[in-house]
Amino acid sequence: MAFDPSRRNVMKAGGATLGAAAFARAIAPITEWTADLSVDEFIQRHYKEMSREDMNKVLRRIEAKTLEEYGATVHVEDVRPTPGVQFAYALNLSVCIGCRNCSKACHEENNHDRPTNNSYIRVLEMDNGSMSLENGTVNYDGPVPKPGKFYMPVQCHQCDNAPCVKVCPVEATWKESDGIVVVDYDWCIGCRYCEAACPYHARRFNWTKPEIPAEEINPDQAYLSNRVRPQGVMEKCTFCLHRTRKGRLPACLEACPTGARVFGDLADPDSEIRWVLENKRVFVLKEDVGTLPRFFYFFDE
Amino acid sequence: MSTIFFLLLAACGSGSGFTDPSREFGPERPTEGAPHAVHIHQPPGLGVADVDLADARGVRLGVPCATCHGDNAEGPWVERDDAPQDFHGNVALEHGTLSCDSCHQSDDRTKLHLADGELLDITDAMTLCAQCHGVQYRDYTHGSHGGMTGHWDLQRGGRDRNNCVDCHFPHSPAYEQVMPVHPPRDRYLDLDDSHQEGH
Repeated sequence: MAFDPSRRNVMKAGGATLGAAAFARAIAPITEWTADLSVDEFIQRHYKEMSREDMNKVLRRIEAKTLEEYGATVHVEDVRPTPGVQFAYALNLSVCIGCRNCSKACHEENNHDRPTNNSYIRVLEMDNGSMSLENGTVNYDGPVPKPGKFYMPVQCHQCDNAPCVKVCPVEATWKESDGIVVVDYDWCIGCRYCEAACPYHARRFNWTKPEIPAEEINPDQAYLSNRVRPQGVMEKCTFCLHRTRKGRLPACLEACPTGARVFGDLADPDSEIRWVLENKRVFVLKEDVGTLPRFFYFFDE
Repeated sequence: MSTIFFLLLAACGSGSGFTDPSREFGPERPTEGAPHAVHIHQPPGLGVADVDLADARGVRLGVPCATCHGDNAEGPWVERDDAPQDFHGNVALEHGTLSCDSCHQSDDRTKLHLADGELLDITDAMTLCAQCHGVQYRDYTHGSHGGMTGHWDLQRGGRDRNNCVDCHFPHSPAYEQVMPVHPPRDRYLDLDDSHQEGH
């Protein structure tokens, strides 16, 4: 059991240079991280490479872990796209009053970290006649809508030409056949390239382990959407795929008191979303960057 | 040429990248059977006057129109000039230049009427709204005005929709201001404060 002397010398030199305390402190996140990671998690395959059996094991493991760490009994499913369905979303800026109920509903539906009020929706208060996002503000207060202002909720646009997908070095995020861009939270390495690439500021990073009281955890969960995310990974709006792939409306739409939000299947010519796209003057945000969003805005005439 | 075509086909076939292709899709959208219903909410207050009184338990009292205006309710109180203010005390009419009789039938207060005189039940308020607000009604019928809950896919479940008067009080229909909920607590928003403190 002889040590390799040269390696030992290198370690000694390293320790002397850094100082033992500093070195220990520097590697602390790694030791803490590995202590929290089970062997099963470590050898887990990429989402697309798992067999049905593998996936079921993982789902049960996530349920057990949520019970252990949060004290909440949840049901995690692998909810897949409905064949032929193409999701799209539209938002009526003439009707939105900036009440942020959509943002709150997202927070609760998607098991976001409570202390940070995290949500996939950011509502901008903008000056009438202006489309300058830089001059919009998100931390407005007081009775809304205010005179001379309009309100623009921004969330993931589920782009058909998604920059966030292109920059991911490990293919932890991709676009699914119904148009939703998803993240395999167990494959993500947390490099945050996608956050930087997104022109809509739509992706969020889990800086800490999410804190949610057991009674507030939404037990209706899916692997690719609202299960409680681990620390150090990216997350994003999934158009509530755990609901919408089963035919239900997204939580943000149901929470909207004014009906500013229109959701549906682009492939169905009789759908509400198709009527909006064919009859309203719709536009997409930052059309010039070529992202081909599935999220549209419109004003009433 | 055909080789290239085959290669392209093969590439398309494995495009999804799923090791187990049966995992790629969920169940088909159901096509059989009639679509589920879209239910429009009926507010309980239609046809009931809110008289600004409460019973001993604090429950607000409502008086059905027919109590005073029905066939058997003849009496001096019905035609008193101050009745709209005294009894219907909560009515502040701020709806364009409309007056009571623009919508309420003068000789049958349990009914509404359209501009051409056609009588409507008081619960049929949406038809009355639609005669002037056609654009909003068109948008409503196409799902782009008015809140809803339930299913986008009516093949898989029903939908509940708001009534016009759920959100727009008919006598002063402008949507009132509300206090926003759920303020963002992004890390960078806190930076503004810390900069001011000189950190």
